[in-house]
Amino acid sequence: MRKDNIEMASLRAINRKAKQVEEIAKAERGDLLALQNGPSANAPGKVYHPMGCTLNFTPGWEVDISGGTAGLCQPVERDLFDCYLGCGWPGHVPDHLTNAPNWTDKCASAVNDWRNVDIVFP
Amino acid sequence: MSVGMETQTQPYRLGEYHSFSAAGTEFLYLVPSGSIFAVEGIAKLVIELLGSGEMSREALVAKLVELGCSREEVENTLQELTEVDALQCDLQEKEPLAVPVQEFPLQRIVLNTTNQCNLACTYCYEYSEDKIAQSAGKEKFMSKEIAEASVEMLIRESAHRPNLHVTFFGGETLLNFSVMRSTVEYAKRRGAEQGKKVEFSLTTNGTLLTEEIVDFLSEHRIGVTVSMDGDKELNDRQRVFHDGKGSYDVLVPKVKQLLKRHRTNSIGARVTLTAGVSDVRRIYRHLTEEVGFQAVGFAPATASPQRLYHIGGQKMDSILDQFSELAAEYRDYALQNRQHGFTNASDTLKELHTGISKAYACGAGLGMLGVGTEGNIGLCHRFVDSPIGKMGSIKEGGINKTVRREFLNTHHIGARYDCHTCWARPVCAGGCYHEAYINQGNTSAANLHHCDWIRGWNDVCLKVYGEIAIQNPEFLNRFAEN
Repeated sequence: MRKDNIEMASLRAINRKAKQVEEIAKAERGDLLALQNGPSANAPGKVYHPMGCTLNFTPGWEVDISGGTAGLCQPVERDLFDCYLGCGWPGHVPDHLTNAPNWTDKCASAVNDWRNVDIVFP
Repeated sequence: MSVGMETQTQPYRLGEYHSFSAAGTEFLYLVPSGSIFAVEGIAKLVIELLGSGEMSREALVAKLVELGCSREEVENTLQELTEVDALQCDLQEKEPLAVPVQEFPLQRIVLNTTNQCNLACTYCYEYSEDKIAQSAGKEKFMSKEIAEASVEMLIRESAHRPNLHVTFFGGETLLNFSVMRSTVEYAKRRGAEQGKKVEFSLTTNGTLLTEEIVDFLSEHRIGVTVSMDGDKELNDRQRVFHDGKGSYDVLVPKVKQLLKRHRTNSIGARVTLTAGVSDVRRIYRHLTEEVGFQAVGFAPATASPQRLYHIGGQKMDSILDQFSELAAEYRDYALQNRQHGFTNASDTLKELHTGISKAYACGAGLGMLGVGTEGNIGLCHRFVDSPIGKMGSIKEGGINKTVRREFLNTHHIGARYDCHTCWARPVCAGGCYHEAYINQGNTSAANLHHCDWIRGWNDVCLKVYGEIAIQNPEFLNRFAEN
């Protein structure tokens, strides 16, 4: 396996687009760094993936890119409406747009009315 | 990264590219990214090996090792080639990105300030037999109110864009100089109030220039394009007054005065090539050396094939040869850090340097729209007052966004199927909508009659680009985005 920041050996970027392509290719080698870690002088040019709900459109991840759960969607019990109404990752919550438009009709306040939110079967 | 069994047996093949060599170096122009890479060492071997067909990774590596390359170097090279999409295998096949255009703030409007002209050039797309504009019965001159409402539309629709542009066009624009003058002042004031910088340009046949107009152009830093076809003999073949008299003798003293007095922005000549007027070298020499233009650009007249002035295949081949000669001259100048005025070359080189990859052939309907004398909005100045490409009206609520969206959906490079296998599509994207309408009967068709020519010209420019990039790379900084 090659080292992370090694220059390209067989290809030399000539125009501006090639330099951008090369930069992205180099940045994507090796580990990805999470945005919450902040840009580091030790890893210049790395791609920083923003962490948090729906910023990574990668359904199916059980852990986030740091290996933990902090960067995943907010747990549904903490932010029900944001997941239900606006989330681009509807697989884990009934989705308001197409399948379950009436799901929270009887739940004006999640804190008080959460019992009215029922299980939805596809 | 570990390479699994599946990857080992996947066939590898070359991605989409155009290769060329210049200054003793091999280059790849990658499609659709528009990136240009110099190819060295093992990558050259890989390209050679895969040139005759696809190979599995296993076989490819084995062959390269057999040729004396170290396994590590081979792996690194394959990774590099794959990362830039010069090499593809099924496992990595990506869906092409078809990004629907959602936001397209306006950046430029072209005001057709009049549909009248004091010349009667045979090939004019506004008046000739191929015309699509229906200006008969319409206002002959744009009013101050329509012009100002157009500027308001530009500002309103420009969203976050800080730099806006107004182009004054005709007919012969200077027949309506008073509206041009008031609009420049209006746009400057309104731009300043809205925190936008507004710049201007003028296209004119030059015959109505006066000292007063030239001073106004200079004061407001207005870029000028003069339509002119060369020396007296060539210019006067098509560019004539209504009585048939040539325009050259009237035009040239005025243009010389313009070039002398107006120093605040670029002044270029735009040459329309026709069957009888295709001596590019002679025209270029005359316009730069005799008349004094610093910049000269050429384009064939848009005309359907049955017109006498239509340029056919053989003539176009000769034009390509002459373009190549001027491009070589451009290169020689560039290697000595001198500016050359052949704008067809500098425009294409700039696009190649940026690595442009166009979703649309031009900005018409996207960041640019044309406005006719009565406020009809057209796709561009060529479509103004035509039922084709009508995009709304200044008088009736501005841009018709539904029509515009529909236009953009059907004219995206993804919808121009003929272009999908062409390596020149990042720069060409199918070409001018008006040209396509006249020659192919449909604005959304690709300009198939120019394909070979466009590929030929892009190949010429890539080689010039490669030579400059190797021998005087500093020069390319001049193409930096403003």
